[in-house]
Amino acid sequence: MFLITCPYCGARDEHEFGYGHEAHIVRPTPAEYEQMSDAEWAQYLFMRKNPKGVHFERWVHTKGCRRWFNVARHTVTHEILAVYEMGKPAPQIDTEKK
Amino acid sequence: MTAQKNRLGQGGRIDRTKPLRFTFDGKIYYGYQGDTLASALLANGVTLVGRSFKYHRPRGILSAGAEEPNALIQLGLGDRTEPNLRATQIELYDGLVAESQNRWPSLTTDFGAANSVIQKFIPSGFYYKTFMWPAKAWMFYEKFIRQAAGLGKGPTEQDPDRYDKLYASCDLLIIGAGPSGLATALAAGRTGARVILVDEQQELGGSLLSERTAEIDGKAAADWVAAAVAELTAMPDVTLLSRTVAWAYYDHNSVSLMERVTDHLGPVAGANQPRQRLWRVRAKEVILATGAIERPLVYSDNDRPGCMLASAARTYANRYGSMRGQRAVIMTNNDGAYRTALDLTDAGVTVFAVVDLRSNPQGELVKAARAKGIEIIAGHAITGVKGKLAVTGVDVMPLTADGKGVTSASRHIHCDLVLSSGGWQPTVHLHSQTRAKVVWSDDIQAFVPGDKLPGQNNRSIGGAHGVFRLADCLAEGHAAGSEGAAKLGFGGQSGQAPTVSDEPAEEALLPVWIVPSDKPVGQGGKHFVDYQNDVTAADVMLAHREGYRSVEHLKRYTTMGMATDQGKTSNVNALAIMAGLRNVEIPSVGTTTFRPPYTPVTLGTFSGIDKGDFLDPIRKTAMHQWHEQHGAVFECVGQWHRPYYYPKPGESMHDAVNREVKAARTGVTIVDATTLGKIDIQGPDAAWFLNMVYTNAWTKLEPGRCRYGLMLGEDGMVFDDGVTSRISENHFHMTTTTGGAPRVMSWLEEWHQCEWPDKKVYFTSVTEQWSVMALNGPLSRKLLEELTTDIPLDDDSFPFMSFKDGHLAGVPVRIFRISFTGELAFEVNCKPSHALHIWRALMQAGEKYDITPYGTEAMHVLRAEKGFIIVGQETDGTITPYDLGMGWIMAKSKTDFLGRRSLTREDTKRPDRKHLVGLLTDNPNEVLLEGGQIVAHVKDKPPMDMIGHVTSSYYSPNCNRSIALALVKNGRNRMGETVYLPYEGKVIPARITEPKFFDLEGKRING
Ligand SMILES: [Zn+2]
Repeated sequence: MFLITCPYCGARDEHEFGYGHEAHIVRPTPAEYEQMSDAEWAQYLFMRKNPKGVHFERWVHTKGCRRWFNVARHTVTHEILAVYEMGKPAPQIDTEKK
Repeated sequence: MTAQKNRLGQGGRIDRTKPLRFTFDGKIYYGYQGDTLASALLANGVTLVGRSFKYHRPRGILSAGAEEPNALIQLGLGDRTEPNLRATQIELYDGLVAESQNRWPSLTTDFGAANSVIQKFIPSGFYYKTFMWPAKAWMFYEKFIRQAAGLGKGPTEQDPDRYDKLYASCDLLIIGAGPSGLATALAAGRTGARVILVDEQQELGGSLLSERTAEIDGKAAADWVAAAVAELTAMPDVTLLSRTVAWAYYDHNSVSLMERVTDHLGPVAGANQPRQRLWRVRAKEVILATGAIERPLVYSDNDRPGCMLASAARTYANRYGSMRGQRAVIMTNNDGAYRTALDLTDAGVTVFAVVDLRSNPQGELVKAARAKGIEIIAGHAITGVKGKLAVTGVDVMPLTADGKGVTSASRHIHCDLVLSSGGWQPTVHLHSQTRAKVVWSDDIQAFVPGDKLPGQNNRSIGGAHGVFRLADCLAEGHAAGSEGAAKLGFGGQSGQAPTVSDEPAEEALLPVWIVPSDKPVGQGGKHFVDYQNDVTAADVMLAHREGYRSVEHLKRYTTMGMATDQGKTSNVNALAIMAGLRNVEIPSVGTTTFRPPYTPVTLGTFSGIDKGDFLDPIRKTAMHQWHEQHGAVFECVGQWHRPYYYPKPGESMHDAVNREVKAARTGVTIVDATTLGKIDIQGPDAAWFLNMVYTNAWTKLEPGRCRYGLMLGEDGMVFDDGVTSRISENHFHMTTTTGGAPRVMSWLEEWHQCEWPDKKVYFTSVTEQWSVMALNGPLSRKLLEELTTDIPLDDDSFPFMSFKDGHLAGVPVRIFRISFTGELAFEVNCKPSHALHIWRALMQAGEKYDITPYGTEAMHVLRAEKGFIIVGQETDGTITPYDLGMGWIMAKSKTDFLGRRSLTREDTKRPDRKHLVGLLTDNPNEVLLEGGQIVAHVKDKPPMDMIGHVTSSYYSPNCNRSIALALVKNGRNRMGETVYLPYEGKVIPARITEPKFFDLEGKRING
């Protein structure tokens, strides 16, 4: 059971949150997606990173403020290395960190 | 009072003024308040307490704690009976009823013991080898195996007890209230830090409760414990939890505890309290002061009843006074066992000899034992244990110079107690549960905690990380408490660290993983490693010979460590034996990863009060009471309870639904539609946003008008639908499916916040702010007119797909002219507090029109007659709008909306996908089975090529026949074809039609 620090509410138990998916996936504009092959579109639509190490992902404080935010989490140790607001760039974290 | 023949006349922590009566296997015994079942049995001289799992060998009590592998008990009777409890952890209470397990018909005469004779035919890996092939052999053997193997029996009736759950947080959670844990709690508690101290035993004190001579701060150990507990009890921010096991250590310092609140009182006494309580504790720091578990030595026939851990005997002698008159021989590879020798002698036990595997032990404790007149036989080994149902003696032989064998000179010693100590393994289970590593310590020949994981804030102290001297444990505890509190900002004084004077120094232990005998291992006696799963040293050797050499293979091949005790006394011995066979260092065989629970946890604590009516909330509409009073049958729609149909006296469901469905097309009907999801959407970008989430266009919708919309996932598949109305330029009222309401709300928020955060739009769930009742039928307008003065209801003023604000029955309402039946229909929305008033007013005024309330079943039939879809029934996440024949709702003018690109994927634009069609059976009275599979060609037997399935199927009284909707491959291009539905031994033919059955021209919408 993680302890996640919502940027708006503070540290709360994991069961208050919902998991989204990998962060920083930008939806292509219509001009872009009209030009994309099915395979390229599928890449946007379905393919997500599943690293052993630091993962940038988005969470939502479902049973709190209902706001989305980004989390950098180590998928092995479950250490939460950063929490930052939606729209902010991913912080520099040594992604090789074991 | 019946004599307890092995009970010492005085001393120990039992209350001799409170005798307790109990039964074991039907026989009556007495013990005292403060006893465990194990100590009471020993006091009564009962040494045979169980039979082993595979060989049904007679077994006695091995340990005095959670690690007990042998003494498994079926406790209690009837609906409260509980299997597989460790006698060493069951607190005695008056009237306790205990049964041994895994024996038939009795402990002393057990037919399963024949397994011991045929053991050559059931070696390790036996299941894999013998029973998996040929398959028929397994069928033959299985019932015998299932009968012979197996532990206790679960209750067959419902658990009558209550359970509780509690969430807590603290600065320091200290697990284990032995010397280390108590010292930590004192140091941290004195600073004002919020401390929770837990211990699985009934009393705090841990190993100090088994001390006879040790002194702390000049006090006897037990007195120091009492003073410490008194000081801690007086601290307002310290919580002391005895009888509480920390069984799981999860991420980010989240620890689960199980508190046995009333178990020690027996089954009756705790009626006003929960039986057990699950605690979920989040701690800023966790102190693991869980101590260590003594390892038994692996010697020939080391499982005879009367073979026990040396430290356990010390506990039974000192803490319970239950070993009097026993005659013991002790075998050890370390100095610690000499404490047992010394204390037992003082507690009325005859210690014949200490057999030391070391050739020349000279430690202070050794000298003290010698001075007391105890014979020390150094450089020797116990090579055999005599006696079957109880130990009668041991053979002792000198070890060869290399210690790997014995010379022939044998000496027999009569005794009834064989105690062994092979050193101590720190209780690293909780550390390991955090997924942190354990590392091998050559000094103590055991695994100790490695680095903690980042993100977990914990510290192992004392025995739990291989520090065994009392003075060191107290010092470490004090440091952990004061440093932990200071780190968290508590500046108060921690006081002085407790001190110990005169603690004897100990010499190093000698690792001996298999004690040699005069016969090769595996011949003659059995060297047990894992008592509970009957794994011997010979089995480990067999695994090695057959190539199962890593810890994971070893475990699965021999089942070592996989019993209910999870190998607490056996894992290290097995690893070390394998390492010896492979001639490698012990850690390179691997280490065990421990997983929750540390000891078994009852399922009751997980459910807590969340059962029956408390399992899930029930949602009721404001009109629920009326529905109940008028005989509605309810159905569950998510958490909502909705009227299903309203049977009149004598009506079947079929009769009632038919009546309701016909009334909607002939008179006036009313349905409670409150459960529809409703979302209030406001902001200058609201229309832009709707354009993105719906497939059709919204910018030009005029205020006061409504529009049906279909929502797609970005994969192009239908996700939800509903009618959304424009209240004003920047204000919309969206409706969703009943089940989809939370999902749609989250969907809108996610896209807004994550993809289009600069759009000014706000979403508020208003499902419960509006009650909704829909009037359907040609007379609905007439009825409404009687109850409103300010809402014009004629077609020109109030056209289809628009809404009006005004008053009905004297209270404010918003009426939408929308229809889910194809009939003239009005949906009345109002405050929930007005809903029952309006409903009653409509029922009263409608009486002359024979107004008919209808439920969800009629609602489904009515919409199916018109071919209106239900998302989640006609769709399943793989269906596009084109599959549904709803291309009309796809805005050609829009350049973007969610799912748009996916609709041109090669697969989604295929012309022969599954399409929504109608099905009409040849026999009009045959109602197809929903979910029924459809084939084009019938074969004699399955498998047949399935081309689709029935999504909705009803009897339609308005069509005077059955109707069905279905998804069929290439269905729109198969109109008029006959397909077949084979099920339940018959084949039903049906013709493919348009998915619409009634009022095909759609004329009825205007009444
Ligand atoms: Zn929040």
